[in-house]
Amino acid sequence: MTELDATDHAILDALRGDGGLNAKQVGDAVGLSQPAAYRRIRRLEADGVITGRALVVDAAKLGYGVTVFLGIKLAARGRTAMADFERTVISIPEVQLVQQVIGLYDYRLRVVAQDLSDFERILRRRIMTLPGVGDVESNVLLGDE
Amino acid sequence: MLDDTDRRILRQMQADPAASVATVAQRAGLSHAPCWRRIARMERDGVIKGRQILIDQRKLGLEVQVFLRITLDKTARNAFDAFIAEARTIPEVTAIQTLLGRVDIRMDVTARDLAHYQQIYRDRIMALPHILDLESLMLVSELKNTQAVPV
Repeated sequence: MTELDATDHAILDALRGDGGLNAKQVGDAVGLSQPAAYRRIRRLEADGVITGRALVVDAAKLGYGVTVFLGIKLAARGRTAMADFERTVISIPEVQLVQQVIGLYDYRLRVVAQDLSDFERILRRRIMTLPGVGDVESNVLLGDE
Repeated sequence: MLDDTDRRILRQMQADPAASVATVAQRAGLSHAPCWRRIARMERDGVIKGRQILIDQRKLGLEVQVFLRITLDKTARNAFDAFIAEARTIPEVTAIQTLLGRVDIRMDVTARDLAHYQQIYRDRIMALPHILDLESLMLVSELKNTQAVPV
């Protein structure tokens, strides 16, 4: 675990609030000069605390009205196909999130689709055909609380 | 409405969110000023909502991440509202989402270690109102995590 001081945590808080802030704006928010803030952000990146940046888009405005969480269990015979399953599932563009978990399911996925019939197409053609796939459970996202 | 050029810009920005406008313009095959104007318009229209940093929770000393899947007792009046209001007060709960399907709610819980998680689970989660059933999935590894959508 990396040793982080209060200033590092303040920087992370500022960037959690708005990941688009530049070093100068982060410095202003936490009371550091631009070069000092820049050095600390660089160090947080080098230490792997900040692993990257992402563009946040409005999926609905881009025509993706439906988000579905999937729980996937590998078939008993599918366990040997884990590597194949993983390689194939992460390459599906509509699949935003793939997590290996312990519990009722082996993997959980977040999938975006244009609408429910589009989701049905993705489920049938892309998900159900994955190597080693067993039980699949879908829960449609209603709202973020 | 977005045209093909907008979509080309968005694809480049989703693939490399840290790239400068000049780089995005070059990769999308247009000059700097029109590219900048298109990005500004998409930001104004709310198509681009902003940028997010990705943080490795384990590097912050948060080793345990659990996803709870909860079924509520819908015979209780205001079960959803009462549950969500109470769940929001738990600092270790980092996300609450309502679902349509076999379960009603999913929640992300982050903890320092298993002992800490057990304490949160017993003292706070189990005390939440109107829970009928609760399943836990514990994160082993994350293979993909993106906000990007196909454009």
